[in-house]
This record gives sequence, structure tokens and C-alpha cells, in this order.
Amino acid sequence: MADIITYLWPLIWILLGVVAIIVPVLLGVAYLTYYERKVMSAMQRRQGPALVGPFGLLQPIADGLKLLGKEWIIPSGANPVVFIFAPFLTFFLSLVAWAVIPFSAKLVLADINVGLLYLYAISSLGVYGLIMSGWASNSRYAFLGGLRSAAQMVSYEVSMGLIMVSVLLCVGSFNLSKIIDAQRTVWFAVPLFPMFITYFISILAETNRHPFDLPEGESEIVAGFFTEYSSMNFACFMLGEYANMIMMSGVACILFLGGWLPPFNFWIFAPYVQMVPGPIWFGIKIAALLFVFIWARATLPRYRYDQLMRLGWKVFLPLTLFWLILTASVLEIFGWLPKTGL
Amino acid sequence: MIVESLVFYMLAAVLLASAVMVISARNPVHSVLFLIFAFFVAAGLFVLLGAEFLAMTLVIVYVGAVAVLFMFVVMMLDVTAAELRRGVSRYLPLGAMIGLALLAELVMVMSRWGKPVALAKPDSPIPPVDQVTNAHAIGHVLYTQYVYLFQAAGVVLLIAMIGAIVLTLRGHSSTRRQNISDQVNRKTEDVVALRQVKTGEGI
Amino acid sequence: MAFIDRWARALLLGEIACGMASTLRAMFKPKVTINYPHEKGPLSPRFRGEHALRRYPSGEERCIACKLCEAVCPAMAITIEVAPRESDGSRRTTRYDLDMTKCIFCGLCQEACPVDAIVEGPNFEYSTETREELYYNKEKLLANGDRWEARIAANLAEVAPYR
Repeated sequence: MADIITYLWPLIWILLGVVAIIVPVLLGVAYLTYYERKVMSAMQRRQGPALVGPFGLLQPIADGLKLLGKEWIIPSGANPVVFIFAPFLTFFLSLVAWAVIPFSAKLVLADINVGLLYLYAISSLGVYGLIMSGWASNSRYAFLGGLRSAAQMVSYEVSMGLIMVSVLLCVGSFNLSKIIDAQRTVWFAVPLFPMFITYFISILAETNRHPFDLPEGESEIVAGFFTEYSSMNFACFMLGEYANMIMMSGVACILFLGGWLPPFNFWIFAPYVQMVPGPIWFGIKIAALLFVFIWARATLPRYRYDQLMRLGWKVFLPLTLFWLILTASVLEIFGWLPKTGL
Repeated sequence: MIVESLVFYMLAAVLLASAVMVISARNPVHSVLFLIFAFFVAAGLFVLLGAEFLAMTLVIVYVGAVAVLFMFVVMMLDVTAAELRRGVSRYLPLGAMIGLALLAELVMVMSRWGKPVALAKPDSPIPPVDQVTNAHAIGHVLYTQYVYLFQAAGVVLLIAMIGAIVLTLRGHSSTRRQNISDQVNRKTEDVVALRQVKTGEGI
Repeated sequence: MAFIDRWARALLLGEIACGMASTLRAMFKPKVTINYPHEKGPLSPRFRGEHALRRYPSGEERCIACKLCEAVCPAMAITIEVAPRESDGSRRTTRYDLDMTKCIFCGLCQEACPVDAIVEGPNFEYSTETREELYYNKEKLLANGDRWEARIAANLAEVAPYR
């Protein structure tokens, strides 16, 4: 009996931690849609949402309520179990990844040794939600969207993995907190700048965002894999996609922008930037990266599918491989390899 | 310990059930989905063992890459279970033999259950889990003791990959391909000429 | 040298950076849209919106049932029936129906009318939930005229010199 209780206490703490992470993330997702619409409208010199609440701030809540009230449609030829399961899988995976993200030196739900691998595994699972929805919808558009997204995500994961390896070489640990600690002197975005840009473009492709949004390319295949979805199912997909965007920007922050470390942490600025707590810096950095996501959407036209594959396999893969070898050589020659373990 | 064994039995039961479903599901896509689930649960068992690196690698490699390709093929081919069962009588003897061999191996392993295992190398090259992380331990063994075998495995995979490409790549010299850098580097002055055309004369 | 220049431009994403800079500049320019239900754009005095039947200042309806509008209407949206009025025997419409779902807003009825009775006013916010509500009858059109008379009269006065 005492054994059970020793297990129960941490369990309750973990559950509280989960709630403390999920609620801000979901709020962040809701306001990311608002942020996106406002920034896009500003770039296109429009007003954007301005009617619901002050400055349209209640718009995402109104949208959510509207989606809740919609009819739940399952196409007659669909495979109902997989059809309903797929969006929830996408949503679930986008939330599960947050477990290992450190928000400050001590604020992390699961400080596991293989944090980065865990994130990589979760993001590689993300493709199943899309491919399953594409297959289960029994619709040509959805099927094509599912296939496109699967091929795209598998292709870009390769170069993403290589970029992560070049960061790992500089750190010597999969642990995300240690990756951030290693950036106290200089953020990895500076020495690994080309990798930062490549990583950012890869996460655009990984989250199916413009200019790589072929899985949902509306001019060709209606809405891609969620053509047949409606109501809460659709909302789950949207929530999953946007939560994934936030999560991926968070990972990019941790890998290259020093996570929760304050910027300008030197000279006379140091005391002032250190007054702001870590999670806020982390949030600001994520917001800045998300701004670039939206900015790219407002600027760039969509890639053609063969161009997308060419970019992934013929440009990014050689580039990242070359940079990986360069990083390893530089670290070895100057003796900067991290001393860890055995 | 109770909780750990509970979790173990739960995961093991789910793993076995989904493995059974892989071969008994009528729809091939469902089979692949159960296979993925089985991989996933196996990763859970690895985590329970304290081998989190292996667990993550299993998920990344098998679930994230290999099973996606399975899924692709199965979804595209539209195979039905009846078609798959056609050759059962022909392949039954071979399958039964392999199954029997596996069963014999399992029985031999089980018969040693609980008895102390005499390790081939008492000073195991893998240090205890609490001293170094999984990744370090595996890397240390893989890149020192077994480095040649490891590299050889890599070369074998590379050759297999090149072989697959050579077999499927048919060079159509007649197809016109897009050369993006040529297109981007084309300059207006090289390809467009502005001429003053006199009326009734042409160029 | 040109080769290095091209490659440097390609690898540094020169053109993408250019495009991104252009959208970023647009972000700080004034907005070109207006906040519609609260703000409205300017309307020309010749704007052809919802129809209205006007009255004279005395309250007498202008329409003399000449049926010119009915004849000229290319969409055949207007139906008029005529009878002498019982009180004074003057020629008046007993029925003036305008099917707004057929109307193409060409303004020919307004041009044809000899007494400026049928006009297209400045109102463009008359959407309804059912089609039936868009089958206007004489009462509805006269009510429109009463409601918009001030603006219609001002608009007509403004464009009168050019007619």
C-alpha cells in the first residue's frame, strides 16, 4: 500500500504539471491564429479581425465556439475509427512533445537524457495523423494530401536530424537543459548560422507551412488531408498544426537561440535582462520565430512538388552533411569537443 | 516494484495482442497500423528497461521511417486479404519449419529461466546504467570494440541503397528536365533582343 | 567571378530576403481597407442602389403609371397594373411590383421615368433572409422613397446639370 502511495504523489504532481503546460499552450494556439491573422493583414495592408471584443481579441474564442457547434460529418465511404482517431492523434502528439521542453533552469516536466531524440521521435510520428486521415477519408484529395505530407515530412526529417547532430556535437548531450546551458557564452545560431536557417526552412516544411504547404495546397487538392473533416475533428487538426508550429519554434529556440537564456547578457545590459524571468524570454523568442513563420506565409508563393523534393534531397541534405563534417573537423582540430561521459 | 511489473504486464499484453492483430486483421492497412502500435509498445518496454536511447531509436527508425514506407506501399497497392491467402498452402511447410525452429529456440531460452547466466565476458564493456547515459554506453561500444562491424553494416546498407537506385533508375535521355539554376541565371539581355522593325519589311 | 556572385546570392537567399523586406515594409504603411460596418466608403451621387418610389412635397405620389420603366426594364423585373383612381380619376398604378432578385441595377427605369418617380437610391444594405422579402411591392417602394427622400433629392440635384 505504501508502495502505491509513493507512486501516487509524483503522479499527482505530474498531472498538475501537465495541466500547467497544456492550458498556456492551448491559449497560445488560440492566440497564434489571431497573431497570424493580424500580422498577415498588416502585411497585406488590411484591417484583420477587429470586431469581436477589443481589437478583435475574442475572435479565436468565437471561432472555436463556432466550430464546436458545427455538424460532425463522417463520409459514407470512410473508415470511421481511423477517421476519428487521426485528428486526435495529431492533436495529442503536438501536446505530448511539450513534456521535455525546459521553460527555465528548473521548470521542466521531464528532464530526460534523450530529450532531443524524444522530440525527434514525436515529430516523426506526426506524419501518421495526416497519412491516416488521408487514407480513412476515402477521398482522392485527402489521399493525395496524405501521401504528399508523408513524403515531405520523411524527406525533411533527414536534414533536420543531421542539423540536430551538428548541434549535439557541440554539446555532447541529448538533454535539452544541457543544450541550453552550453549556449551561455554564445548562442549556436552564431557559429552554426547556415544550419539555423536550414533548420528553420526544414521546420516550415515539417509543419506543412507556406511555402511548403503542398499537403493542403488549396488550389490543387481542395484542403488536402482534411478535405472531409468538419466540426471538432477539424478543430483538432487545426489545434494540432498550430501547437506543432509553436513546439517546433520552441525546439529551434532551444537548439539555436539559447532557449530561456536572456539575450544581450553582457556589459551594462546584463542586470536588466536578467530581471526578466526565463520563461518570458523563451516566449518572446518563440513569438519572434512564429512571426517569421507568418511573414514567410505572407511573402512566398507555394513550391511545386518536385521542387520541394529537390530542395530537400539535393540541396539541404548535401549542405547539412557538409556542414556536419565541417563542424566535426573544426571541433576536433581546435580541441573544442565537449568532455562528457567515459 | 508492483507498479513496474503491472506496467510491464500491461505493455507486454498489449504488444502480444497487437502482434496477433497484425496477422489476423482483414484490412492490410489495419495490419500496418497494428504493427506500428506494436513497435510503439515495444519502445515502451525498452523505456521500462532503462534503455531510453534504444526506445527512441526504435520509434524514429521503425515507426518514423520504415513503417511509413510500409504504409505507403500497402495503401497504394490496394491488396486484399483474400489475395494474400492464395499462396498459403504452398508456403505452409516452409513457414511451419521456421515457426518450429523459433519455438525450439524459445523453449531452450525458457528452460534456462531463473538460472544464473554465464556471461562470455565477465567484465562487460557496458558500464552500469546509473554511471553513464545509454547513448554514451552504446556509442562507446559501437565506436571502439565493434567499429569495423558497424562500418561494414553501414557499407552493406549503402550498397543496398545504391543497388535499389540502379535497378529502378532508367535514364530517359528524351525527357526534358528542369534545370533550376539555368533558369534562375538566365539574363534578360542574353535572350531578349529589342529591334526597331520598319513597316513592311520585317526582320 | 560571375559564378561566385551567383552562388553567393543563391546561398544567402538574396531574392527571398528581398521579398521578405518588401512585405515587412508594407506592414508599416497605412491600411487601405476600412472597418466596414462602422466606417463606409464614399458613394457617388449617381450610385444605383435600392429602388424607391418618390412623392411630391405635397405627399402626392409622382408615378403616373406610364409603364415606361416596365417597358425598358431589360430583366423584366417590373410589373405594373393601372386603373383610374376613385377619388379624382387620375391615372395611377394599382400595383407596382419590383422583383429585386431579377433586377440588374442598370438604372434604365430611372432614366426612362418622365417624372423622376422610380429612382435608385444610395441604400445598398438591404439583404434579407428570404427571397420573398426581395419581391418589393408598391407600399415597400413608397416607404423606401419616404425614408431616403432627403438623400435622393440631394443626389438628383447634384447630378441634374449633367443630365
